[in-house]
Amino acid sequence: MTETNSVVQKIRREKDMVVLELSGDIDLHRSVDLRSSLLETLGEQPAVTVINMREVGFMDSSGLATLVEAMQLSRRYGGQLKLVGISRRVRSIFEISRLDKIFQIYDNEAEALSG
Amino acid sequence: MTGGFEEHKTRMAQREDISADQVEIRLAADPACLCVVRAAVQKAAEMSGFDEHEVDDVTLALEEALANAIRHSYGGPCEELIVVKLRKVPPGRDQAAGLEIIVRDFGRQVDPQEIKGRDLEEVRPGGLGVHIIQSSMDEVEYTRPADGGMQLRMFKVVGSSNGAGPRSGHDKSYD
Repeated sequence: MTETNSVVQKIRREKDMVVLELSGDIDLHRSVDLRSSLLETLGEQPAVTVINMREVGFMDSSGLATLVEAMQLSRRYGGQLKLVGISRRVRSIFEISRLDKIFQIYDNEAEALSG
Repeated sequence: MTGGFEEHKTRMAQREDISADQVEIRLAADPACLCVVRAAVQKAAEMSGFDEHEVDDVTLALEEALANAIRHSYGGPCEELIVVKLRKVPPGRDQAAGLEIIVRDFGRQVDPQEIKGRDLEEVRPGGLGVHIIQSSMDEVEYTRPADGGMQLRMFKVVGSSNGAGPRSGHDKSYD
C-alpha cells in the first residue's frame, strides 16, 4: 500500500543551474526520497536550484520541512533555491506556515530563470 | 487469567454501533498507509458538503495528525495501531453541520497542555504539524484516555472557510 515511484521525476542541468521536476504527493513516506535527491543535488552546489512542483498534488509538513532544509543548505553555500508551479492546494501549506514569504516562488520556470 | 479471551471481551465491550454517517479506518503506524487515508478523508469531506478549500484543510489536518501519531506517539514507523473515525455531523439546534475526526493511537502519552504550535518567526525544518492542524480545523482537542495512548478530536464546520485571500479566517494565534 504505497506509492513507489520517485518524487523527483527528472533532473535537468544547464550551466550552473539545476531543475528538478517533482511528481505525485509528498507526504511523510515520500519526503524521505525527496530529501535524499535534494541533498545529492545540492551537494554539487549549483548556483540556482529550481524545483518544479507543477505535478505535485499534495504536500504535508514533512515535505515543507524538506524544502526548508534544502533552502537553508543552498543559502549556506551562496546558492538560490526557487520553487515553480505550485498549485493552489500545495500553496496553502506555505501560507499557513507563513513560508510563502520566505521562499522564492514563481509561476513558471521562465519567470524563475529571469527573476 | 489474562490473555486473548479477556482482551476479546474488552474489545467487544468497546464496540460501538456505526451508522451510514460514520467511517472507521484502522491502519498501521506506517507512512506508507497515509495516501489511502488521505483519499478516504477527502471523499468524506466532499460528501459532508465542504468546498474544495475546506476539503484541503480537512485532508491536511488529518495527514498532520497521523504523521504526529507515527512520529511522536510511536517514535517512528511501526506496526502499531492507529484508528481514525470520521463522522458527518448534521446541522442541529446547537450544532453546525460539519465533519468530526477522531484519531486514536495507543502509544506514548503526553500532557495535552504541552501540545502546542511553535513560533512561526523561526524558520527551520519541522514542528509545524500542530500549527497546521489548529489553523485548518475549528475545534481541536487532545486527551489522554485512561487505557493508554492519545486521542485527538477535530471538528470542522461546513462553510467555515470562505476561501478568499490567503487563509482568511484561519489566522489564529498560538503559543
